[in-house]
Amino acid sequence: MPLVLEKRTERSNTIALVSPLIAIGLTIVTMVILFAILGKNPLLALWVYFIDPLTDSYSLQEIVVKATPLVMIAIGLSLCYLANVWNIGAEGQFLIGAVAGSWIAVKTHGTDAGAWVLPAMLVLGAAGGALYALIPAICKVRFGASEILTSLMLVYVADLFLDYLVRGPWRDPHGFNFPTTAEFDPVATVPTLIEGGRLHLGGIFSVIAVIAAAILLGRMIKGFEIRVVGAAPRAARFGGFNSKQLILLTFAISGALAGLAGIIEVAGPVGHLQPGFSPGYGFTAIIVAFLGRLNPVGILIAGLFLALTFIGGEQAQIAMKIPLDVTKVFQGILLFYVLACDSLILYRIRLISASGQVPSGTA
Amino acid sequence: MELLEPIILSILAASTPLLIAATGELVTERSGVLNLGVEGMMIVGAACAFGGAWLTGSVIVGAIFGIVAGVLLSLIFALMALGLAVNQVATGLALTILGVGISGLIGAGFVGERITPAPHLYIPGLTDIPFIGRILFGEDAFVYLSLALLAGVWLFLYRTRGGLILRAAGDSHVSAHALGYPVLRIRLYAVMFGGACAGLAGAYLPLAYTPFFIPGMTAGRGWIALALVVFASWRPLRLAIGAYLFGAVTILQLHAQAFSLGIPSQFMSSLPYLATVIVLVLISRARTGGSTAPAALGNTFVPDR
Repeated sequence: MPLVLEKRTERSNTIALVSPLIAIGLTIVTMVILFAILGKNPLLALWVYFIDPLTDSYSLQEIVVKATPLVMIAIGLSLCYLANVWNIGAEGQFLIGAVAGSWIAVKTHGTDAGAWVLPAMLVLGAAGGALYALIPAICKVRFGASEILTSLMLVYVADLFLDYLVRGPWRDPHGFNFPTTAEFDPVATVPTLIEGGRLHLGGIFSVIAVIAAAILLGRMIKGFEIRVVGAAPRAARFGGFNSKQLILLTFAISGALAGLAGIIEVAGPVGHLQPGFSPGYGFTAIIVAFLGRLNPVGILIAGLFLALTFIGGEQAQIAMKIPLDVTKVFQGILLFYVLACDSLILYRIRLISASGQVPSGTA
Repeated sequence: MELLEPIILSILAASTPLLIAATGELVTERSGVLNLGVEGMMIVGAACAFGGAWLTGSVIVGAIFGIVAGVLLSLIFALMALGLAVNQVATGLALTILGVGISGLIGAGFVGERITPAPHLYIPGLTDIPFIGRILFGEDAFVYLSLALLAGVWLFLYRTRGGLILRAAGDSHVSAHALGYPVLRIRLYAVMFGGACAGLAGAYLPLAYTPFFIPGMTAGRGWIALALVVFASWRPLRLAIGAYLFGAVTILQLHAQAFSLGIPSQFMSSLPYLATVIVLVLISRARTGGSTAPAALGNTFVPDR
């Protein structure tokens, strides 16, 4: 092999800062090629994807609305990934949070229940997500079962359970047999921030989550423990940190945030519970977490960027008949480039001659 | 007896893609690489295989398309996880996310189309034997291929020098490297083999299982294949038992749905996934005396020079 990796003596801070930008740049180059293959005008497509949504107020609000669940879920996931715990079932926790919170909305529908309904829904949504996330965490801590596989399997189970509820006991009797609950009452709906606009209270929750995570990781001993357990498990053992407790904690926090995001999404922009209400937020949030370098502020920016690709993708479909799957391809490619660029923080690529000798003066 | 024969036939059919994908992943993991992208490679394999078969009318061309697609995706994984020493879990996830998107893009044009599915073996006389005839001598080629593949992998891993070296790379890449074995090249071949198998397993779905393509038709089978490797304690022969058990759960819940026992169909449909969780817990719990996983599984390796 003519190219080899060589470990840097120190991690490169310059590359750490610019690596997400390099990744986005490389992704855009790849997308230009992909658009050309699909027979679309690449420059026009890029314009529709990335610039058009920024030019009108409706799309700008919609970006924030889409970023809300992405950021909230990704913040929780970043805690898991920092601790080297792999919760990839956030989509399931998101759905179960939506189901748990919707329970109150469905039961109080058409009654004159008071203002307690929405807060109770949010609490129940977060609790539902946390409990659902604790299943793989307990399986891991107690029995050593791989949390990657169990958390992912539970996504399918959550999806089917939601499907059962809205086709069965929770179906709107006046809904012409569509698989959906009745539209939530006003007391069971997340209020919008501007009259008649799309922005809703959930966005503020996401910002609070970002700030809380920044404080936890930067200023609190628990946050330090999370980072040490992930980065240096042996040191954590010598330090007497309880890694099992940290697995449960990070799973519970990420589940609670995913569940909260789920109920906010259902009680906010969607307005009722129905199958397929999530365009895979729980999976896209994994990309958000990595693109944001597992850093709370980074995640906020990354969440807005990926929300932009959702909106851009929808507009590109309408305006240029570009299939929606292009957005998924885009997100997948982006994650690849992000991971590849991250590798250059720790390693440098060196050219070597066929005999295996490192010639002098190469970088 | 009348009812049992079709049930066994459909269990074999449902188990085959799991077995093929899991066999490939077993070899990959035995070399020390955890490729979580099986689901992504399978779904792209399915879309490409259907496309190939639909364009040419040949199931064999379809299968080759599927295999090539799987290998190409696995090469992206290898470039990242082996070439750039990126975290294998994250890379595998990225591969699955990318694969789902690519398959939707490729498959969009084929939705609603039908092809002639892979023919079933027919040996006059043998296939006509009541009950066992069709089960033993009346399957499609993939079923026999999956068993041959498994036997081949067992022979390779435990009866050849190459298999021993591959297992050495998976148990201690430092020692294998010190002995002068090209760890990264061994792992590259193992990852490619896993990709080929995942592509073939995906190809089985639209070529033999159902003669059409639906987006997302793998429905988590790639992830179940990953769980099967754990279930089998990384040993080929146990893999067959696991794959057929899971095939049986999938098919029996479908039959139970047909009988409408009063249990909502969604609960029955979630059984294979719940079974996976329960099996993982039971297997992991039984292994109190140390793990049977390849010791270097999931660890990146950068040879020092």
